[in-house]
Amino acid sequence: MEFLSHLALGFGVAFTPLNLLYALIGCLLGTLIGVLPGIGPVATIAMLLPITYGVPTISALIMLAGIYYGAQYGGSTTSILVNLPGEASSAVTCLDGYQMARKGRAGAALCVAALGSFFAGCVGTMLLAAFAAPMTELALKFGPAEYFSLMVLGMIGAVVLAHGSLLKAVAMIVLGLLFGIVGTDVNSGMARFSFGVPELTDGIGTAQIAVGVFGFAEILMSLSRQEARDILQQKLTSLMPNREEIRRAIPAAIRGTAVGSLLGVLPGGGALLASFAAYGLEKKVSRRPQEFGTGAVEGVAAPESANNAAAQTSFIPLLTLGIPPNAVMALMVGAMTIHNIQPGPQVMTSNPALFWGLIASMWLGNLMLVVLNLPLIGMWVKLLTVPYRLLYPAILLFCAIGVYSLSNSTVDVYMTAVFGVLGYVFAKLECEPAPLLLGFVLGPLLEENLRRAMLLSRGDPTVFFTRPLSLSMLILAALLLLLIVAPQVRKTREEAFQEGEA
Amino acid sequence: MARVRHPKDFAAGLMFIAFGLAALIIGSDYPLGAAARMGPGYFPRILGILLITLGGSLVLRALRLRGPRIDLESPRPLLIVIGSVVLFGLTAEKLGLVIASILLIGVSSAASTEFRWKEALVSGLILAALSVAGFVWGLGLQFPVWPAFLRH
Repeated sequence: MEFLSHLALGFGVAFTPLNLLYALIGCLLGTLIGVLPGIGPVATIAMLLPITYGVPTISALIMLAGIYYGAQYGGSTTSILVNLPGEASSAVTCLDGYQMARKGRAGAALCVAALGSFFAGCVGTMLLAAFAAPMTELALKFGPAEYFSLMVLGMIGAVVLAHGSLLKAVAMIVLGLLFGIVGTDVNSGMARFSFGVPELTDGIGTAQIAVGVFGFAEILMSLSRQEARDILQQKLTSLMPNREEIRRAIPAAIRGTAVGSLLGVLPGGGALLASFAAYGLEKKVSRRPQEFGTGAVEGVAAPESANNAAAQTSFIPLLTLGIPPNAVMALMVGAMTIHNIQPGPQVMTSNPALFWGLIASMWLGNLMLVVLNLPLIGMWVKLLTVPYRLLYPAILLFCAIGVYSLSNSTVDVYMTAVFGVLGYVFAKLECEPAPLLLGFVLGPLLEENLRRAMLLSRGDPTVFFTRPLSLSMLILAALLLLLIVAPQVRKTREEAFQEGEA
Repeated sequence: MARVRHPKDFAAGLMFIAFGLAALIIGSDYPLGAAARMGPGYFPRILGILLITLGGSLVLRALRLRGPRIDLESPRPLLIVIGSVVLFGLTAEKLGLVIASILLIGVSSAASTEFRWKEALVSGLILAALSVAGFVWGLGLQFPVWPAFLRH
């Protein structure tokens, strides 16, 4: 019963007043940014990274995790009531959620979304706990060649499952890798691409790049969009779904959870893809596909469960292999490095309290979110009446203060501004920034493992193909690439995303 | 003369080529080492060549595939928003958090088409107070609150 003793240890850590407080702060912040359109979890976590410096490691991670899954809950509120995605991963919920609201079933839609998310969160957390030990054992068998191939597989997977042009996504990853190796080379002590700026010899910070490319660019894009917000002016009389709605929502939530759990683990997956895929699946298996888009309760239950399940299970590769599967997890790597923890299989053995405490806190956080979301829904809706012209300067200010306080350096602020301009250019040219962040975090790791593997093989590059584990990962990566180039898959992939945008 | 049919991909390709060339040129004097013992120049060179290849393919593809034009709107919001952040960097240490915050809020608010200067000023004052209370007193961040000439 090792599993139970682990969970007991975890709950012991998570139940301390301080950690409960940070979980609550994380969930509140997550719901807040989830409700507000125009600011996502990546920018928020990036903004808060510097602030977590003075907080104990476990509390910092608990809070940041809360922001991620909290945003999945909050996003549904805006989708259902305003027909605007509060969060990209809730975009698909607009389709049926808003229609339900127009029919007077807003309360039921909100309730289904929250309870579906809670169920998915519980399952996702259990999966994370169950898979942690075996995955870690596997990871400990990895040598540098295996790690290199695993990262290649992860990056290819991220590209294949991501939204948009394949060629551009690969190029963005490579550009990210290049940004990642800026700074002092660990082997030779040589400063690379630092342009004589002393701050750059320590490398570019995760926070600067993420706040600039995601945060600032998001603000600039929202400013050029000018969205009208019609908040549904109806009283939320009852939150209870009726019997028919419950009967249809339960299987949809279970299917959504399954889809989300699976896609969360995959590189490049995560909440966004999960919600789109779950909606697509629901439409396929439904006996009443024509009802989708007119307020089908399945269209709310499935994607909302899926995005929350994925938010939980995407922690599996991060915590066991040390490889972040998506942009948010890449930031969690940043948070761990700020506290001198190298993510990977050794975390579970060397730091079990941190590992299990984080997992236990996620379950508690999910419970808090149901409480935060259902009775307090009116308060969140009020927030939506704050006009964007007041909101974005405040976001900018918090970003600037956060980045400055990273090392009390104005150079960091200027660097973020440069990345803001770059993010704007990326957005204009339709280059998705998520692969860039992934490459950025993996850059130094990839180089280090490539060097070690080549050193051990005395310069023989076939080492990646002669070791069975490494070879199978490379074959898998090649298969993924082939799949995406094949016209059939290409078509369904485009459809999956278009359904959400239509 | 081939025509550019996909301006977004074309420009993106050029951007990647530029980054790749920069990596090769700046990294040209980093020791390459050998495959078994890679120097600091080995990996960056691989990345530079990859970027140029990928960028080149994008450029070539842009001559064939059709795509929408790049929507060039007024660069005003970009300049104002980024400028306000740079201004914050310039003023934060010399003038302190209070004045730097008010400046950032005031300037960045002007990027919106619904800008009202009185509202921006009030919001700047409130947020400056909140920042001092939250970040300096609450979280204990090292941040000068008032201008340098008022401090002793």
